[in-house]
Amino acid sequence: MRRKITVGFLIWVCFLLQSTVFQGIAFNGIVPNLLIVLTASFGFMRGEKEGLLIGFFCGLLCDIYFGDVIGFYSLVMMYIGFLNGKFSSGFYPEDIKLPLALIVVSDLSYSMICYICMFLLRGRLDFSYFFLHVILPEAVYTTIVTLLLYPCILFVNVRLENREKRGAQKFV
Amino acid sequence: MSPIIKKKGERFTIPGKYLLFILTVLCTVMMLITLSTDIFNKPLNTVVGYVIVPFQKGLSSAGSWLSARSDELVQIRALLEENEALKRQVTELTLENTQLQQGWYELNTLRELYKLDGKYEEYEKIGARIIARDTGNWYHSFTIDKGEDDGLAVDMNVIAGGENGGLVGRIVSVGPNWAKVTSIISDNSNVGGQMLATGDMLIISGDLEMMQNGMIRFSQLLDSAGMVVTGDKIVTSDISDKYLPGILIGYIGEINLDSNKLTKSGSVTPAVDFEHLDEVLVILELKQNVSE
Repeated sequence: MRRKITVGFLIWVCFLLQSTVFQGIAFNGIVPNLLIVLTASFGFMRGEKEGLLIGFFCGLLCDIYFGDVIGFYSLVMMYIGFLNGKFSSGFYPEDIKLPLALIVVSDLSYSMICYICMFLLRGRLDFSYFFLHVILPEAVYTTIVTLLLYPCILFVNVRLENREKRGAQKFV
Repeated sequence: MSPIIKKKGERFTIPGKYLLFILTVLCTVMMLITLSTDIFNKPLNTVVGYVIVPFQKGLSSAGSWLSARSDELVQIRALLEENEALKRQVTELTLENTQLQQGWYELNTLRELYKLDGKYEEYEKIGARIIARDTGNWYHSFTIDKGEDDGLAVDMNVIAGGENGGLVGRIVSVGPNWAKVTSIISDNSNVGGQMLATGDMLIISGDLEMMQNGMIRFSQLLDSAGMVVTGDKIVTSDISDKYLPGILIGYIGEINLDSNKLTKSGSVTPAVDFEHLDEVLVILELKQNVSE
């Protein structure tokens, strides 16, 4: 229960920050994608199921708020969370290389899917332009933000896990 | 043991793969439903209105404070120089202004004579503040802090006031205390426009690619007389079914003849400065009511 509330709170904070404060400090109109960082991190820290659930709710929030149809972002984010969960066996809290790589790949593939579904299908064929001016800057900016945000997420998760372990021991 | 029900302590859980499948189906169904109807909009928008919007109102002021600080740092030197130049200009303009004022009085009397009204003064408007912007980098939409409770409805036109006023976009979704606005520079937006001078019709579409240079696209301009030149004003047309007529959209940038040798297309500089937009005006009148 404590975990659910904490994670819900994290999603809420990230969404609020992304839609308000980060819009104010956007470089050249490009905003980092905090929700991807959150989804991917919980994916590889906690496994497929938690990753896909968090992705689903992050996406749903974007859908309600800024989507044309409800379900598109949820679907994409859910699969990103799920696929990141596949790497949970190779995850060590001390190592930042794997998380960073996974988050960058997640963000790139998220942007690619958005480009294909929302732009390419409407006849916007100039891929190189969109890659250089939207997808790549977003990935770089997200990477920088990851370096700050990821330790916080990790810290929260470790705290939660310790508490859960203690709780489990009490019952034994 | 069945693969669906795993024993983990005494609790009953669904494995990730099944959950993924269930949610995928759910999302697909929701997408199909919301593509044609908007039955989920009402309850979901209300929930969001209570959980998210009040906090965004507070945080967006923090966001604009931050962007104002970063702008300040960049601009302070340029501003000092500009200030000098502007001071000189003020004296020149004051002189000019007195002359123009005489002309203005004349215009007013003439307007009265012809029963012409001011530009948008006939519409009833309400001011609103932008509290959040699209979380993605693909479309240019934002939310404002007024909603159904203030009398807003879907398809109402949103304009910017002040000296560089003009068309901003239209409301596409409303909650009780918030509304989502898609701006005319968003890549999925099209507006029917009209040349103010010649009355030629054209279509203004948002374009992410051209937006980097502060431009949007126009197309389908049938300017057979060849009268349209760079800098001409574009307003919303009478035949647009969502936008009220006569709202300034922007100015013609460059003009190119299409390969069909009939129509022209090119770029438009929007009248509104979308990057520094904080407050907007919503016209509380829908197009249908205007065309009686």
